Amino acid sequence: MNESTQRRRTMIRGLLSLAAAAAFYQLVALSGYFPRVLLPTIPTVLTTLYDMLSDGSMLHHAAATLYRVLLGFALAISVGLPLGILMARFKPVENFFLPLVSALMPIPSFALVPLFMLWFGIGNLTTVLIVFYAATFPMLFNTWTGVRSVNPIWLRAAGAMGADEKRLFWKVIVPGASPFIITGMRQAFLRSWIAVVGAEMIAASDYGLGWVIFDSKEFLQTDIMMAALVVIGFIGYVFERVVFGSIERATVYRWGMVRMAKG
Amino acid sequence: MLPIEIRDVSLVYDTPGGKVPGVKNVSIDIDASEFVCIVGPSGCGKSTLLNIIAGFLSPASGEIRIGGKAVTGHGMDRGVVFQDFAQLFPWRTALGNVSFGLEMKGVAKAERDKIAREQLRLVKLEKFTASYPHHLSGGMQQRVAIARALAYNPAVLLMDEPFAALDALTRDDMQRLLAEVWRETRKTVIYVTHNVAEAVYLADRVIVMSPHPGTVKADIRIPLERPRDPLSAEFLEWQKNLLRHLGHETAGDETQKSNGKATT
Amino acid sequence: MHHAATLDAHTAVGSDRLRAVARNAFPFVVVGTIWEVVARAGVFPRQLFPTLEDVARSLVDLTVSGILPHHAFETVLRLLSGFGLAAILGVGIGVLMGRSRRAEDIILPLVSILAPIPGLAYAPLFLLWFGPGELSAVLLVAFVSMFSIIFNSWTGVKAVKEIWLRSALAMGADDRRVFRHVILPGALPYILTGLRLGLAQAWRILVAVEMLAAVPWGLGWLIFGAREFLNTDAMMAGIVVIALIGLGLEKFVFQKIEHYTVVRWGMMEAMSRSP
Repeated sequence: MNESTQRRRTMIRGLLSLAAAAAFYQLVALSGYFPRVLLPTIPTVLTTLYDMLSDGSMLHHAAATLYRVLLGFALAISVGLPLGILMARFKPVENFFLPLVSALMPIPSFALVPLFMLWFGIGNLTTVLIVFYAATFPMLFNTWTGVRSVNPIWLRAAGAMGADEKRLFWKVIVPGASPFIITGMRQAFLRSWIAVVGAEMIAASDYGLGWVIFDSKEFLQTDIMMAALVVIGFIGYVFERVVFGSIERATVYRWGMVRMAKG
Repeated sequence: MLPIEIRDVSLVYDTPGGKVPGVKNVSIDIDASEFVCIVGPSGCGKSTLLNIIAGFLSPASGEIRIGGKAVTGHGMDRGVVFQDFAQLFPWRTALGNVSFGLEMKGVAKAERDKIAREQLRLVKLEKFTASYPHHLSGGMQQRVAIARALAYNPAVLLMDEPFAALDALTRDDMQRLLAEVWRETRKTVIYVTHNVAEAVYLADRVIVMSPHPGTVKADIRIPLERPRDPLSAEFLEWQKNLLRHLGHETAGDETQKSNGKATT
Repeated sequence: MHHAATLDAHTAVGSDRLRAVARNAFPFVVVGTIWEVVARAGVFPRQLFPTLEDVARSLVDLTVSGILPHHAFETVLRLLSGFGLAAILGVGIGVLMGRSRRAEDIILPLVSILAPIPGLAYAPLFLLWFGPGELSAVLLVAFVSMFSIIFNSWTGVKAVKEIWLRSALAMGADDRRVFRHVILPGALPYILTGLRLGLAQAWRILVAVEMLAAVPWGLGWLIFGAREFLNTDAMMAGIVVIALIGLGLEKFVFQKIEHYTVVRWGMMEAMSRSP
């Protein structure tokens, strides 16, 4: 069978699969075998989602979470990127920071939440700092690897054509390391997202998507919990595909430096 | 050591751009223990034909018989050597690779290893039985591949440009080695190549194919005595002969033409 | 002459190694000193900012009394159960997806929707469904770490070279043997990567879940509980142990396995520089 019928089959099977999963869930929820409170029907979840969106509460939570993520993420880039570059260019810097980074990396960001709560209290500061902690490592590590991997041939060619240190940096090293830098940003964002949800569960005061999920557990509001999960998934998807996808398309794919991964 | 009959084989490729003929109405009879080379430019269907004989592709029409039995899919009566060195399994040593076919046949370990070692000796790699492929050079890996294809004693050996990716010096060595191995084992060999000199060196018969669609253009016997000398006058004559069949004019032809003589 | 040369070589290697150790220790010495100075300066209350000595003493006390080992043991046990479950299911599903287009078409959409949501976000849901305690923790860990394993195993099976399959088939292997002798070893580099990522994820989420799930023992619980009593030194001792276990898993488990298999076969480069 040829490619196009194969692709159509794939799509049909995919849709059927999702539909079947949804139908199965719905049946189980309606059967009453589990308490309705624990397993809300799909229409219930959708209604709750719609209500929370229209009265603005969900948007408020999403905005708070996004604010914390973006702030922490920005901090991580502003520290991780320059430090990674410095580590790759200057051996003493690398010698100093590499052991420290290697020692801290295995510590999950979540393990530091109680400590940060003691030091910085509950609320935005703690959550942003946790995000910052979680996101810095992938950013730093990828940048470091990226700059180290810049093909020395490019550096030699540019030097032979008269480029000085500064121009070498901006015109050869930064673009050359960009696939890694962008991967680093993508991983850093992913980690930020994971960290923020976790941190919000314990350390946020009263808004944020993570907080909503945790709080709704107390009152067995599974429908709210699921609605929040949908929102989290959606935002994550948008960022991954739209934001990072377009950055990659505009730079490294266009330059042929990275092959498009399948789907 | 079995004869091969290829009868009226055709295959059509289904591509996004439409149906492309692979090979069309190819018929060839090969005697047992004959060394046959198939030469032709890219796209003439020689690799396709080999894959059909190997059983990896099914012909749209026609059939292939080996020793009188029809070919349906792959089988242990044919050994295959590809061009890509990576055909060896990286997770097995040279010995492990060579004994794979025997393992599939159910031969006991001690016996397997003995036969595998013998095969490796045949290709002059007896010292490398415990090496992993990534420690071996390209030429060595191809030798292991040949040993692997011979180990379980298939009647037919199918080779698809096995030495094309090697450097010229290694390639010469490998051709000599292959000629020796064939002399010792007397398998029926079908060898695909685009290298005319290689074909003249190795083959009893050369089948020239032309592309679009792939068809047999010429079937030429090479009557030279073995071992063959690639630098002798007769060798070069046969090379020129082949090239002419492939449609390439050689320098000699040019002067002959300008002298008003026919080029045959 | 010969003797002197080898002696020089020995001392050269010895002093090289010493220098490497010193170089690695130096940053910690610097950071440690700064920490001590700040801690002793009394700028922050001793409770919140313990000296290294406090932390060390806490570490020793907790270990000797058996409390820390007990917590660590429970955590590692949960990790192994959850990860073990994830490994079996993950490799199984991933390999199935790689072998069968139909399985891939059916499973991939489901997995793609569930995977991007941060694992912790599912934690309260699991707690509601399975109650607080061991079961929730293990299931959540398994669920979350399964995705990397599935994706990598799937990719690995698909990446098995066509030429290996053809060679094996030509040599008389049937489907089952092709699977055992070619597909599994061929996909191994990817599967190992997936397992490594899965383990790292499992570790991260386990610590978090222990804080949320009210399990009676566990490193996560230890850290969280210590907050109640402002036992920052105990908290830090717990964090140190978490870091050590995480490092140990990476170095002693995975690197060893990789060295023995895919690096030896030349299928993957050894990790030259940690991490």
